[in-house]
Amino acid sequence: MNMFKKLAVVLLVLATAACTNPDRFGGGAGGAGGAGGAGADGLAGSASDPASPQFFNQTIGDRVLFAVDQSTITDQGKTILDGQAQWLMTNADYRAVIEGHADEQGTREYNLALGFRRANAVREYLVSRGVPASRLEVTSFGKERPIEVCSNETCYAQNRRAVTVLSFSAITS
Amino acid sequence: MKRILAFFLVLFLAAPALAQNGPLRITITDGVIEPITFAVPNFEAESPQAQQVASDLSRLVVQDLAGTGLFREVPATAFISQVSSFAQPIAFADWRTINAQALITGAVTVSGNQLVVKFRLYDVFSGQELGGGLQFAGTTDGWRRMGHKVADAVYSRITGEGGYFDSRVVFVSESGPKDNRLKRLAIMDYDGANVQFLTDSSSIVLAPRFSPNGDRVLYTSFESGFPRINVLNVANVGRQQLTTAQGEMAFSPRFSRDGRSVIYSLSNGGNTDIYRTEFGSGQHVRLTSAPSIETAPSLSPDGSQIVFESDRSGTQQLYIMSANGGEARRISFGEGRYGTPVWSPRGDLVAFTKQNAGRFHIGVMRTDGSEERLLTSSFLDEGPTWSPNGRVIMFSRETQGAGGTSAMYSVDISGRNLKAVPIQGGASDPSWGPLQP
Repeated sequence: MNMFKKLAVVLLVLATAACTNPDRFGGGAGGAGGAGGAGADGLAGSASDPASPQFFNQTIGDRVLFAVDQSTITDQGKTILDGQAQWLMTNADYRAVIEGHADEQGTREYNLALGFRRANAVREYLVSRGVPASRLEVTSFGKERPIEVCSNETCYAQNRRAVTVLSFSAITS
Repeated sequence: MKRILAFFLVLFLAAPALAQNGPLRITITDGVIEPITFAVPNFEAESPQAQQVASDLSRLVVQDLAGTGLFREVPATAFISQVSSFAQPIAFADWRTINAQALITGAVTVSGNQLVVKFRLYDVFSGQELGGGLQFAGTTDGWRRMGHKVADAVYSRITGEGGYFDSRVVFVSESGPKDNRLKRLAIMDYDGANVQFLTDSSSIVLAPRFSPNGDRVLYTSFESGFPRINVLNVANVGRQQLTTAQGEMAFSPRFSRDGRSVIYSLSNGGNTDIYRTEFGSGQHVRLTSAPSIETAPSLSPDGSQIVFESDRSGTQQLYIMSANGGEARRISFGEGRYGTPVWSPRGDLVAFTKQNAGRFHIGVMRTDGSEERLLTSSFLDEGPTWSPNGRVIMFSRETQGAGGTSAMYSVDISGRNLKAVPIQGGASDPSWGPLQP
C-alpha cells in the first residue's frame, strides 16, 4: 500500500515535470523525498533477520517521539535509541540520516529549528552510545512532512518525531 | 403631486452630496472609513482594435480600487451621462446627482501590439481635475499592468500614499495530500492573476523572499535533503545555492536592503543562530550567539536594525538588535508566542504571527512593542508580508484536519477588508514585491 502510494507520487512528479519546460529548471534533483521516515526502502532483508534494515525499522523502531516544544529524549525513546545504537555498531556498513519533525502547531521557521534540535538530540544520544558521529547526519523537515494528518493531539504526538533513516553505504566515513 | 415627488427626490439625492462637499481626499487611519464613491465609464477605444482592452482595463481599475475597501463603485446602470469622448467636457452635475465623488475617464489606443492608455481623475463635487492627465505606454499583453498603474495613480492622488496594484507576489504553490504535499515556487500579480511557476515540485521549497527591487528571490530548498538557501533570478529562472558547510542547515533567508547580502538562520549541532553573508563572499558573519533558537530575521527599512524571533526566554518572542548583532531588546510582552516578525516598509510597525490559546493571529505592533493589534484569527494564520506601501498585509491561512489546505489572504493594517487571494489550488508563504517601475 505504502509502496503503491510512493509509486503514484513518483508518477505524479514525473508527470508534473513533463509538463514543464525542462530548459527552465535544469536537471531536477531527486532523493529529497525520503522524508516521513519510510525507512530504507529497497534495502533487502526481512524483519526477522536481525541484520536487516527491516529489523531496525520495525523491531527496534526507527523513531522516537517528543513532547510539545521539547527535544528531550524520553525513557521510552532511550530504550529505542539503545537498540538503534547497538544495531548501527553491529552493522557498520550502514549510515543514517536523522530527520527531525514537528507538529503543525507552530510557525514554519521555528518548527524547522525545533526539528534540528530533536534530530541533534538523537544524534548526540547515539554518539554517546558509541556510534561514530561520522556515520550520522541530521536534517529537519519542520512541519512539512506529517505522517498523521488529523489536527489533534493523537496525530500531533506521532508527528513530533525524529526518524533514523538508514542507508547502505560503502562510502568510507 | 408629481412635482412634489420630484422635489423630494432631488432633496434626497442632494443630501449626501452636501455632506461630502470637502476635497476629494481619504486619510487612511484607524477610524471607520466611509468609502469614497467613484465612477469609471468604459474607457474610450480610440482605435477599433482597442475596444476589448479598453473595456477590460476599465473593469480592472474598478476592481483594484473597490478591492481596497476604501472606494465604492457607482455602477454604470446608475449613470445619467456617458463619457463618449476623452476630450469632451465633463457634465459634473450628472455625476453629482448619482453621488459619484470621483470620476475616472480614460482612452485606449492600440496599434500593432502597442498599447497607450490615458486617464484623468476628476473631483466631481468641486468640479476640478485632480492632478494632470497621465498616460502609460506598453504592449497589449501587458494591459493589466497599465490598468494597475492607472489605479495606483488614482489611489495615490486620493490617499496621498503610494499605491500597490502594479506589484507581484512570489509564493509557494501547493498540491497533493497533507502528508506528501508538493510545493513549487510561483509568482503572480498582487491580485492573483498571471500565475507562473518558477521551480518544479521535485523537492520541498519554503518561504520565498523578494529582493528589494524584485529581480531575485531567496528561498529554502530541500533539493539535497537538507535545507539550503537558493537565490533565483526572476527573469531567467537561473538558480544558485548559498554555500553551506556539510552538517549545517540554512533557512529563513531575507535580502539586505541593498540586495547585496542575505540574513538568515544557520543551524549547527542543533543550535540555530542568525548570520549574514555577502553574495559572492562565502563568508558567514554570525550575528547572534545563544544556545536558543534565533530565526526569522527582518531588517528595518534603513538597514540599521534587525527584528527576529528567539525562544531564549523559554517561548518564542520578538527581539530587535543592531544589524551588526550584539545585545537585543525584547519587544513582545503579550500573552502567547510571537514569531515571523516583518518590519514594515514605512518603518513604523512590525507585523508578526501570534499563537495563543490554540489560535493563530496575524498582528502588528509598533517597533517598541506598544499598540499591539491583532488583525486576524484562525486555526492557523502565519507568515505576514507587507504591501509596498505598508497598508496591506498578505499571509498564509491553513484549514484544519486531514483535508486541510493552504490559501493566501490579505487584510488592511486596520483589520478590515480580509479576503482570499483568488487563485487555483493551494498556496502559502507569500512575499510581496516592490511596486514595478
